[in-house]
Amino acid sequence: MNRIEAGHEHQVGRSINRLEASAKVTGRAGYTHNLTLPRMLHAKIFRSTVAHGRILSIDTSAAREAPGVFAVYTSEDIRRVMPEPFFGPAFHDQPILAVDKVRYIGEPVAVVLASDPHAAEEATHLIYAEYEELPAVFNEVDAATSGVHVHEELKPAGTFPDLKHLAGRKATNVALDFRVRRGDVDAAFAQAAHVFDDTFTTQRVMHTPLEPMVTVAEPGENAGTLTLHTASQSPSFVRIEIARLLGWAENRVRVRVGLLGGGFGAKLYIKLEALAAALALLTRRPVRVALSMEEQFFTITKHATTFRIQTAVSADGLITGRRCEVWWNGGAYADIGPRVTQKSGFTASGPYDIENVSIDSYQVYTNLPPSGAFRGFGIPQVVWGYESHADMIARKLNIDPVEFRHRNLLKDGRPHATGTVMKDAALHLVLERVAERMNWSAPFERGTGVMRRGRGVGIGFKALVAPTTSMAMVSLAADGSCTVYSSTVDMGQASDTAIALMAGEVLGIDAETIKVIHPDTDSTPYDMATLGSRSTFHMGHAVRLAAEDARTKLRQLADELGMPADQPARAGELLKRKYGMQAGNIVGVGSFIPPYTKPDHETGQSDNITPNWMVGGTGVEVEVDTETGQFKVLRFENVVDCGTPINPKVVDSQISGAAIMQLGTALFEEMEFDDVGQLRNASFAEYKIPGIHDIPHRIGRETVDSIQSNGPFGAKGVGESATFGVASAIAEAIEDAIGVRIKSLPITPEAVYRAICAARNEPLSEE
Amino acid sequence: MSENLVNLEFTLNGERVRATVQPHLTILEVLRNEFGLYGARESCGQGLCGCCTVVVNGETVSGCLYLAAMANGAEVTTVEHLDADGKLDPIQQAFIECGAFQCGFCTSGFLMMSRQLLEQNPDPTEPEIRNYLSGNLCRCAAYPEIVEAVKLAAQRKREATAA
Repeated sequence: MNRIEAGHEHQVGRSINRLEASAKVTGRAGYTHNLTLPRMLHAKIFRSTVAHGRILSIDTSAAREAPGVFAVYTSEDIRRVMPEPFFGPAFHDQPILAVDKVRYIGEPVAVVLASDPHAAEEATHLIYAEYEELPAVFNEVDAATSGVHVHEELKPAGTFPDLKHLAGRKATNVALDFRVRRGDVDAAFAQAAHVFDDTFTTQRVMHTPLEPMVTVAEPGENAGTLTLHTASQSPSFVRIEIARLLGWAENRVRVRVGLLGGGFGAKLYIKLEALAAALALLTRRPVRVALSMEEQFFTITKHATTFRIQTAVSADGLITGRRCEVWWNGGAYADIGPRVTQKSGFTASGPYDIENVSIDSYQVYTNLPPSGAFRGFGIPQVVWGYESHADMIARKLNIDPVEFRHRNLLKDGRPHATGTVMKDAALHLVLERVAERMNWSAPFERGTGVMRRGRGVGIGFKALVAPTTSMAMVSLAADGSCTVYSSTVDMGQASDTAIALMAGEVLGIDAETIKVIHPDTDSTPYDMATLGSRSTFHMGHAVRLAAEDARTKLRQLADELGMPADQPARAGELLKRKYGMQAGNIVGVGSFIPPYTKPDHETGQSDNITPNWMVGGTGVEVEVDTETGQFKVLRFENVVDCGTPINPKVVDSQISGAAIMQLGTALFEEMEFDDVGQLRNASFAEYKIPGIHDIPHRIGRETVDSIQSNGPFGAKGVGESATFGVASAIAEAIEDAIGVRIKSLPITPEAVYRAICAARNEPLSEE
Repeated sequence: MSENLVNLEFTLNGERVRATVQPHLTILEVLRNEFGLYGARESCGQGLCGCCTVVVNGETVSGCLYLAAMANGAEVTTVEHLDADGKLDPIQQAFIECGAFQCGFCTSGFLMMSRQLLEQNPDPTEPEIRNYLSGNLCRCAAYPEIVEAVKLAAQRKREATAA
């Protein structure tokens, strides 16, 4: 007999293997990438070769004649099934295929369909488009005031109430200007003992999930229905957005998601789904739209940023005032950029207790590929700025950088810059643990000769995105076995396993025996999306509530039958009694949305800006070759506050995985554009992500002892926290070693060497 | 597209198979389209990430670059064959126990390479493990766990041989 009852007293906190582990080591795991359907057509995309231009003509005649080609479509064809073919989660600004204009190199302009993907691809080379080239704008600071406008008018989607005021704005590239105002910043600067003013920049990078983006759209059996099989982090949003584009009821669109081969924010909201849906309806055949690794670089990226930060400091090293201006390079289409601008923007003054704060955060359109969510949702960019700045202040004032931070870090009970009072944010503890792991107070070996050593720490925090909704269902069958229905997408973070642990905790059932159904909008209920480390908290609560609801129903059934309620694992006995055979289910439902107060439009003030704060800190030691600028990270200590770790084994690998991913962004990843906006390195041959030789030999990871009091089982998210402190800690360690400061990412050996040369007054030319 | 089809006959995971394919197709495409094997996967498409690794005549190759026609008469092994006797290979078991993957998309490639390493070198040092796996990328960065898994599998295999 199958064992349904728990062999363990508790499920939460067990270190267990992923539920899908054997599928993943046998090559049998179900990714959307694998899907092939009968009569399926392959779509290949013809892309813009100019950064900004009016489309004069698109000649598809030769492509249509090419052998094996089924059809070639442009936006005019798309309009036959989607009259207003513009999509996006924040703005309805992105055409499915370019309409009238192109706004970046690589933008989809036309599409070829064929049964043979090679035939489709070959035919894309036979399409010829003529453009009237327009001036283009690439830098986010220039674009904020440029006379070159990427869009004629702002078109907020209406989904987010705080973007509505932007509707109809013309002659601007600023898609969102978000601000925080607290205290009297001018007075603070006037009275300050010390004033600091620095600007930090980050580069554009790409998530490069190893399963490239893929969507297969399939016309339904009944006319006017459609199924999308898609590698998406947000099946519920895809359904809503496709239904909107088609003018259909939601229930005519079905969205199914398998395991994802990585997401990191790249597969959020809507990417290929609208194109695939339109093509399936036009051809009345299943259509697969699958990008190459190269094409992913032209689809979504991480915002490049410029962050000017000014700080007023008192004689005793307390931060009394801070001004932040952050420009986010949004690319040609908004995607979720405006939310990044707001949600990370309001934390730009850092996790510090500052009476007087002013933040301006600008989402700026440019003629580059769109920017959206990337692991950390903008937080790594702002932490890079405020933590580098913190180190520079500490150096100038000759205060130990750990001590300087402790002096200024927020404590629970103190108001953040938005006015929200801090709670359950273990900032001091995380910093303390990083320092202890680094043996911070012990003498440090600084090296000799040309090899010099240095060290640095960094700490950041993130407000959980709010307000968002999760729903879940828990079903007990008449043999007592349990199934959970959730639209959370397992993209490698082991959410299926975490969900099973949390449901199992309530029900007293071993997680390994629970089945978690993958997202299918026909059966799994709504979930906002799998993003921003939100699932553990939101879906965790929804699953908990659903399991509790099942327990309540079980008790009611037991009362009705005059039987003892006993354990959920023995639901089978009750159901068999009730229905006279092995039949029936007990279904519990749960829904969760946390309380939230939206920030005041003028001041950004809110008494409840977020349900929780996630904290991450990093310490590094580096060794730098003073003759070449080459350096090595010798030690890499990563500490997070994630409340209760639901599955400590997975939490550990989330911490090192996030930290190593951020190491790539800090040290070598960079999308390089030439002066006409052409990306030069859209492949792994020239775009380097961390490999096994790039990881430090000593990687420490730790979760501090903490409880998120409003979290499910004391938990909060962890997928991003270890990204926060990495980059600035490396920059500080390099300055600590050799006395030069890098203020732009990535921190390449070349950048270090240039800084060394500049410091000895022998700057290298830019060539 | 060429019409000169190629007739292939080769051994796939221990079974004699035939296929008639276009000459430009890679072994990866043929495994996928003709034999429904999805464990080897195209990711970078340039032989730089290792997700497509399969073994041809005892050598690991990048399936996204290796033309199917070249496999005529060869012995081809994919990740799907590792548990052919109904039991997980020690390297598969070690990957599970050490948590040596997150999304799992690169895992087949790492498994095939790691298994190859252990066949050539039953007792690899950590630098040898890193060197051997340096052509495989894991964007989730489960590298620390992968190194541990290879060590664990090596130890178990040696113990099994000694016993």
